[in-house]
Amino acid sequence: MTDLIESLVRGLGLGGLYAVLGVSFVIVYRATGVINFATPALMILGAFFTGSFGNAIGLPFWLSVLLGMAVMAIIGMVIERIALRPMVGRPAFSAATVTVGVFIILLIVAGRLIGSELLTVNDPFGLNTVDVLGARLFTVDIARLVIALVAIGIVGLFLTRSRTGLAMRATAFDQETSLAQGINVGRMFGLSWGIAAAMAALAGALLTAGSSGVETTVALVALKALPVIILGGLDSIKGSVIAGLIIGIAESLTRTYQPIYAPWLGANFDVIVPYLIMIIVLMVRPYGLYGTKEVVRV
Amino acid sequence: MTTATKESLRTVKGRPQLFTSYAREMSIFNTRVKRNWVIVAIIAMAIIPFFLTRDWVALLTTVLIFAIGGIGLNILTGYAGQVSLGQAFFMGVGAYTAAVLGGEAQGKVIGLGLDMIIWLPLAGLVPALVAFVLAPLAARVRGLYLAILTLGLVFIGEHIFKEAKPITGGAGVGRAPAEPVFLGFNLFSNQTILGYRIDRFTVFYVACLVIFLVMAFGARNFVRSRFGRNFAAVRDRDVAAEVMGVSLLRTKTLAFTVSSFYAGISGALLSIVIGRISPETWNIFLSIDFLAVVFIGGLATISGSIMGAVFVVMLPKLVNTLTGFIPGFGGIGEGGLLNVFELQTIIFGLLIILFLILEPRGLYGLWLRLRNYFKAWPFSY
Repeated sequence: MTDLIESLVRGLGLGGLYAVLGVSFVIVYRATGVINFATPALMILGAFFTGSFGNAIGLPFWLSVLLGMAVMAIIGMVIERIALRPMVGRPAFSAATVTVGVFIILLIVAGRLIGSELLTVNDPFGLNTVDVLGARLFTVDIARLVIALVAIGIVGLFLTRSRTGLAMRATAFDQETSLAQGINVGRMFGLSWGIAAAMAALAGALLTAGSSGVETTVALVALKALPVIILGGLDSIKGSVIAGLIIGIAESLTRTYQPIYAPWLGANFDVIVPYLIMIIVLMVRPYGLYGTKEVVRV
Repeated sequence: MTTATKESLRTVKGRPQLFTSYAREMSIFNTRVKRNWVIVAIIAMAIIPFFLTRDWVALLTTVLIFAIGGIGLNILTGYAGQVSLGQAFFMGVGAYTAAVLGGEAQGKVIGLGLDMIIWLPLAGLVPALVAFVLAPLAARVRGLYLAILTLGLVFIGEHIFKEAKPITGGAGVGRAPAEPVFLGFNLFSNQTILGYRIDRFTVFYVACLVIFLVMAFGARNFVRSRFGRNFAAVRDRDVAAEVMGVSLLRTKTLAFTVSSFYAGISGALLSIVIGRISPETWNIFLSIDFLAVVFIGGLATISGSIMGAVFVVMLPKLVNTLTGFIPGFGGIGEGGLLNVFELQTIIFGLLIILFLILEPRGLYGLWLRLRNYFKAWPFSY
């Protein structure tokens, strides 16, 4: 029983992380129709900035996370302006390939910036635990879930309640009509990249919290948000929260129980569970739980 | 073919662009100039390794192998319009098929030690079969969904490769690749012909060149067939293609299968050049390399893929040579602004972005511009 509770909470923490990354993907996809393969690198870069603000300047964790998100938002907007804006009107897969190029450049830059020294994000959680019903829970997992839900809530409020959010949703719905209504569509693209990069930075900080330090090797963790958005629906923020939690729990439960009940599946099988779920979803329901079913016409 | 079309297959002297029949226009060498230059290029490719050092020959062999894999991905991505990040997975399947059939058994690792005439075709057919099984799934999804699906395939494949220890040797250990013994003749051994001693790398280069030419001409012929036109129809507008009677499932399955056949052959040959293969070789970054071959070379051109392969494989060597002259770069350690590997990767990423933004037709597009400039010279403006 304690095993179950512990792995459920760890799964929820992981799920919160995936949900944040999923929202990052969804926002860019809704605005521009592009899957942003640069997200893993944005995440690592965000973790680096958070860690730098925390260690070099000595800011508290909360402030350094917010500053890291702000810096990444600016970087995201710059990337959009330089590399993605010229691709407007081109096939979506060409633009997606551009983000692959951005990914490998940023990953090298991040690796170079981090260097060989250990860089922690200076989080207050560390390896602290709390006891609930006899189970030892890591505070970092609870913090991940709470922070993720709060951040996604703020983004959701911004999109539904604010004027700019309305303009962003209009742009996602129909670019030409939005232009005709006086919305600066280009600025909305930039803004969505900014929000996405900030969310990626938050994910980076949450991922690195409670671990030994920032490393570029964990970048590919961010790609697990792809199964999340496939399950949740490519254009649904609600979907990516629910799917993030489902996939996080599934991965965590596999990590706890697969070595006991199905050792023949091999070590670290939990790492590929999200992708297996994704394949099943694509077979059964290609547009995900909450995604808009694609309408095609000639 | 009727006599009338046979008549129209003749060329008119001095009018290379005058095509009097569709068959003439669609033939592989539709102009005499093209045919002659291809012959010259093939002869040059066959002679060149005899004048180069061993590491250059190995590099050129890698170019040929990347060209095979790139052509395969271009059939899927360029001609049929289905973006795949799964090339590395299918290359891995091909490499391990070859290694199991043609490699030697060592300890717990299986190896049957069969001849190349058996393992080479199977190294293509087994990945093709895997792709055929997966194709109904891939055919359901379009565009970026397929990219995500195949990305998942690479991660799942890497896990399977790491765990299937009798086949792959396991993570971090790896295994020896297949032995390129063709009908008893070892294609990776030093040979002496007419008193000349030929290095084993050169021998293997020539073998790869022959395989490459067969695969390249096969692809060129394939894409101008009925199936190639089906691919283009599906790429340009899949709904319209379906309305016209082109079966989406069948077309996408075929593109996926053929592409994986090329990937498998490419993977099997690449494993021999590398020398020892570990499961980590077939990762997402190898797939990105092949995506770069296709996008930098030019979508939907076979010659573009070859140019792309030359470019992608030669780039590290080029950067390595150039960094010696620029202060602040170079070295392999932490010092300086960027080390050679980092610089290579950054340039690589920049070029992908720049080509997509500035010249979506890739290197092939640059070549077209150059050619048209000189065609219209001195009135080229």
